[in-house]
Amino acid sequence: MDLLLAGFSFTALIQQIVSGAGAGAVYATLALALVLIYRAMDVANFAQGEMAMFSTYIAYALVGGDFGLVGAKLGFNGVHLGVAGAFWIGSIVAVVASFGLGILIERVLIRPFEGAPLLTLVIVTLGLFSMVNGLAGFNWGYVFKTFCCPFPQSAVNVGGVSFNYTDLGIIGVTMIILAAMALFFRYTKLGLAMRAASLYPESSRLVGVRTSWMLALGWGLSAAVGAVSGILVAPVVFLDPNMMQSVLLFAFAAAVLGGIESPLGAVVGALLIGILLAVVGTYVPGGENLRTPFALLIIVVVLLVRPAGLLGRPETRRV
Amino acid sequence: MRRDYLNWAIGVVGVALLLVVPNVTDQFQTFMFAQVAAYAVAVVGLNILTGYSGQISLGNGAFMAIGSYTTALLTARAGWPVYLTIPVGGLLAGLVGLLVGIPALRLRGIYLALATFALALSVTPVLNNYDKFTGGHLGVGFKAVTPPFDIPLSNEQWLYFLGWIVFFLLFVPAWLLLRGRTGRAWMAVRDSETAAAANGIGLAYYKTLAFGISALYAGVAGSLLVIDFAYVNPDSYNLNLSLQLLVAMVIGGLANIWGPLFGALLVVWLPYVAEKAVNSKPDLAFGALLIVVVFLAPNGIAGLLRRGLLTLRGRRQEASQTTGALEATPAEADQIAT
Repeated sequence: MDLLLAGFSFTALIQQIVSGAGAGAVYATLALALVLIYRAMDVANFAQGEMAMFSTYIAYALVGGDFGLVGAKLGFNGVHLGVAGAFWIGSIVAVVASFGLGILIERVLIRPFEGAPLLTLVIVTLGLFSMVNGLAGFNWGYVFKTFCCPFPQSAVNVGGVSFNYTDLGIIGVTMIILAAMALFFRYTKLGLAMRAASLYPESSRLVGVRTSWMLALGWGLSAAVGAVSGILVAPVVFLDPNMMQSVLLFAFAAAVLGGIESPLGAVVGALLIGILLAVVGTYVPGGENLRTPFALLIIVVVLLVRPAGLLGRPETRRV
Repeated sequence: MRRDYLNWAIGVVGVALLLVVPNVTDQFQTFMFAQVAAYAVAVVGLNILTGYSGQISLGNGAFMAIGSYTTALLTARAGWPVYLTIPVGGLLAGLVGLLVGIPALRLRGIYLALATFALALSVTPVLNNYDKFTGGHLGVGFKAVTPPFDIPLSNEQWLYFLGWIVFFLLFVPAWLLLRGRTGRAWMAVRDSETAAAANGIGLAYYKTLAFGISALYAGVAGSLLVIDFAYVNPDSYNLNLSLQLLVAMVIGGLANIWGPLFGALLVVWLPYVAEKAVNSKPDLAFGALLIVVVFLAPNGIAGLLRRGLLTLRGRRQEASQTTGALEATPAEADQIAT
């Protein structure tokens, strides 16, 4: 079904939208991780992408037995899961380990700065960014690694548009995470305590909520969700210490577009951004290079026009 | 009076040190110290914006890129004398900084950090995209500068002196600005916008001004750096550059006029030392240092030295009372103000 413009095909556009949504779902998982920490402590975690990258290396090491320099020193390189479904088992272990590491990071590095000014927290998360990036680079080097694949490398064809199993799988996983988060925060006592601790810390403490531990839990959950995004993106872009930098930027843009406190907003924003980037990449000359500046443009325009984002609630302030 | 003598003594020793360094170091080391001057200029600029006026910028590398490309393109393509391109690069970057500062007025705190983070990541792809103009990933090279008027200096020594003369020319106005009315206004805005506005400080004016001046310094620094290497390419203007500026500012001493010197020394030399000692990139050390410094010495190296000097003079009281940009939370400042 060819439409008006020469060289413009409607199915091709649909195809771009479908694959854009697949990419957007990856940004969505990382954006969800960002929202978790933002809701807990009002700060954007600049190290989120690097933490996800490191979690992915953990999964990669478990699956393939490449533990890098440390493994070489201790002599357990080559030890790996030699079973069917190793990718999934390794990934799940890595996600659980990331939960633990997230809590550890909060206890050791973030806790001393609870209640500190914003600039301090930004500097600390950037320090963490640099540390994690350096650690991964030191241990595994800066060579691209292959880490593949959670889903079959094929596609189904529906009416001329091919639906990639990878994209469908990523979208599915993202929806599961979003639903799990919604259920957790709405229907469990722990979820309620976490929400209370971030909204009314003093009152929560008075009724017996251990607010500081709620923050640690927030970091743990966020690290785990971030790990999922890293594991999902690695088969698409190859694994290397800098693989999450642009993903982090797109996740930031998604969170801002959706309203930085809203998990649903983050997912909606991420899907929109994924689709916009795919369309821009195809139809604007030089679009591939201009994806990053385009994300910058989205961030700035949203913040100027509608700072609360699509689904956030507007804030009021003095002066 | 003792105080004045000590300050003069430190000043004299500092200038003497600057003059001695290029005569006792080898070519490579002199060249590294020339780069220190360029980084120090950029960090002075970032300190004005983030340390003094409290606007978090992770994107000053973008302004450096403007200065760098102005110098490279004007020299290589238009045949300009290279020294003339330094002020042009600085002014152009400053102008862009003013323009960026206007939308930045509406982005507070974390949002400004996010937007400037995006800016830092955008530079390399934009430079690569418009390759007809910028030379793309091949970069732009030009003839390396040599000492003018047959001054008996090696090329590296000349770059060194050029860098430090420019640093001095920019440091003095920054120092005057910061210790005067403008500096006080910036710090008032940083500590509490509410209180500053209530006292008749024009927020928009001072915040935009900080952006413009910061970008001007970054632009000059970019020009200097390109003159050092006589070559520029897009890959140098990645996120890492902007992060290095932040590392230098924080570890040197946030909102301390001397901090950029120590910070610049660190970010130029540490990568080299890390490469030599453990054959590794410096990111791990930078990150760890950043967190340790923020935790143990929020006023950075310069803050520690200041404290040491005050203690030396027997003014312990004053030493323990030095406060810096990281110490009063905005909420506290608001409380003090209202």
